[in-house]
Amino acid sequence: MNAPERPRPAPALAAAPLVTLQGTGVRFGDKQALQPLQLTLSRGQRLALIGANGSGKTTLLRLLHGLLAPAGGTRQVHPLQPEGRAPRMAMLFQRPFMLNLSVRANVRLALWLAGVAKADRVERCEQALRRVGLQAEARRAAGTLSGGQQQRLALARAWALQPDVLFLDEPTASLDPGAKREVEALVADLGSDGITVVMSTHNLGQAKRLATHVAYLEGGRLLALADTDTFFHAPLPPEATAFVRGENPWL
Amino acid sequence: MSESLLLALQLITQADAQLLGIVALSLRVSITACLVGALAGLLLGAWLAVARFPGHGALVWAVNTLLALPSVVVGLAVYLLLSRSGPLGSWGLLFTPTAMVVAQSILVVPLIAALSRRLVADALASGGDELRSLGAGPVMAALLMLVHQRLAVVTVLLTAFGRAVAEVGAVMIVGGNIAGVTRVMTTAIALETSKGDLPLALALGLVLLGVVGLIHGLIGLLPGQQGREAAMGGALA
Amino acid sequence: MVVTRPTRLMRRALLALALLCAAGAQAQDRFIVMASTTSTEQSGLFGHLLPAFKAATGIDVRVVAVGTGQALDTARRGDADVLFVHDTVAEEKFVVDGWSVKRQNVMYNDFVLVGPKADPAQARGNDIAAALKKLAATGAPFVSRGDKSGTHAAELRLWKAAGVDLAAARPAGYKECGCGMGPALNMGSSTGGYVLTDRGTWLSFKNRGDLVILVEGDKTLFNQYGVLVVNPARHPHVKAALAQQFADWVVSPAGQASINGYKIGGEQLFFANAGR
Repeated sequence: MNAPERPRPAPALAAAPLVTLQGTGVRFGDKQALQPLQLTLSRGQRLALIGANGSGKTTLLRLLHGLLAPAGGTRQVHPLQPEGRAPRMAMLFQRPFMLNLSVRANVRLALWLAGVAKADRVERCEQALRRVGLQAEARRAAGTLSGGQQQRLALARAWALQPDVLFLDEPTASLDPGAKREVEALVADLGSDGITVVMSTHNLGQAKRLATHVAYLEGGRLLALADTDTFFHAPLPPEATAFVRGENPWL
Repeated sequence: MSESLLLALQLITQADAQLLGIVALSLRVSITACLVGALAGLLLGAWLAVARFPGHGALVWAVNTLLALPSVVVGLAVYLLLSRSGPLGSWGLLFTPTAMVVAQSILVVPLIAALSRRLVADALASGGDELRSLGAGPVMAALLMLVHQRLAVVTVLLTAFGRAVAEVGAVMIVGGNIAGVTRVMTTAIALETSKGDLPLALALGLVLLGVVGLIHGLIGLLPGQQGREAAMGGALA
Repeated sequence: MVVTRPTRLMRRALLALALLCAAGAQAQDRFIVMASTTSTEQSGLFGHLLPAFKAATGIDVRVVAVGTGQALDTARRGDADVLFVHDTVAEEKFVVDGWSVKRQNVMYNDFVLVGPKADPAQARGNDIAAALKKLAATGAPFVSRGDKSGTHAAELRLWKAAGVDLAAARPAGYKECGCGMGPALNMGSSTGGYVLTDRGTWLSFKNRGDLVILVEGDKTLFNQYGVLVVNPARHPHVKAALAQQFADWVVSPAGQASINGYKIGGEQLFFANAGR
């Protein structure tokens, strides 16, 4: 196993912008799902999007990824420095969708769709499965895995693509506590590799544990955005404070 | 009825060469038609599940309406096409098994397309976004869903086979029910009925059902058919 | 893309099957297509006659058996090489219209009127015109093929000769099924109706119920068969030479003997009369 190590970004460039949203929103037909907002995602950040259900966290996540088209304003993706190419994005959905194939086949498929050459596909698939601890299950039908295992498989599938930015849509919302811990540990691990992470969650403890920055959304509006320390300790807009208190009354 | 049952058993055990020939031809024609129809129908169905263009709704409506295409109408249309006096007459296909395959393929394409469109669309509703985020274009996503739903696709093809092997209107007209050349089970049944030999006609019908039943039984035994069914009871949304 | 082994195997098997099916299609060249009628085929004559022809010439005859009207249409379209039907008037028109060069007599069989044994209309006898008049008068059920076949054409002529105008005053029990001889007999058998049928079909018909022959032997029940080769001038692709061999053989002593030799239950169905 002599695969090259992923290059880590030099600390001095860690704050380089990756995706900038300027006055963009999202519309679904007549409904304005996300009000025009301003947000810059920087390299190396681990951004948590928090808010109640229906607040627009998933929409903002998908907008940042590019899965949704912006309405008005601009969404700009900046090339990576020093690599000089566009950042690769990978997304994890709340309930991961796996094709009715083996665990291994699902990862290899993603690599194939990404245009990776055959020999590399095999290699990177095995590496990814090892990373998330699913190598033993490689031949099992993906549908027979437990919830936590499926989410880990989704992580393997995403990580195999060597993404620069990983988007996670409520990754542990439907998992039991044990599985939740496993997945969180993996996400933290991947984050420490230098991958930029954007994660939507309504679990504030998770946000506190994993994120470097936190954004609060309510009713499709971005109401607060700060680094984690500031968010949880400095004064915030009243709605945000109410949400935080509501979720964690002991704060 | 019991006379027919006995007669059917007799026919099967005696395995008369003529009967075997008729059964073999029925299977050859209908299986080929289903394979051809599968190619066209699955691609059409997958494409319809993802394509968006003005008139898309009309095309879906047309495919659904053609589900009710009477086999005798298809037979007539293909006859007019393949007749020597028709546009494709020079191909000399009329009254041959090839013409029968053509007619039955046309008959099953709407069925396969309509059903596969539905199952691809349903699958895309759960996983389409995710496949898209992995970089799959709409058509690729549709084709992947056919793979994902392959057991359901097999059922669709078996349904199409059932329709093809049981129809008599199309093969009668374009095949001509020529003894030893284009006589299949259904046209043989029609012939015996019109000759007034009803017990034999019914017996042939039972033989037909028996042959189709045997095929379905064999497919059910294929490796992985039962195992996968159990596994699919899992968390796939 | 990863594909499991059983799937790959199945794919190869299906491909092989498809190729096999496609290959099995076209046979050898020495065959002709003959358009004939359902009643002739159902009489079983071809099972007796055609093997003899093949033994003599090596030519296969593929019979497409439909109603006379459809048979003539098939030949007109050039989808058949030779015609073997029993509607002299239509056949002569076929020649006049240029679709065939010559029409030849081959054989005849006769029509009979079958009906319920109890014979409510009292049609029994050997005078078909009288019988039909009685059917019209009593309104007894009568099943007509109504399918433009040779039998249907003969039936219409017989009604006309009996002085019954079907168009003006259809008899009360007259029903048209638009079907072949067998289905018409089926209907007659199950509804106690009278049916005009050719003797050949009747002799091999198995679902008689309580139908019996009530009228036979009348000269006007005579059913003449003719053979016609489709004109290659109108349809160049027609296998005129092979088809002509069939026409020549069937009117030759060998062919005529074969026709006379065909019997069901010891009874001769068809009477060769070529050249007469």
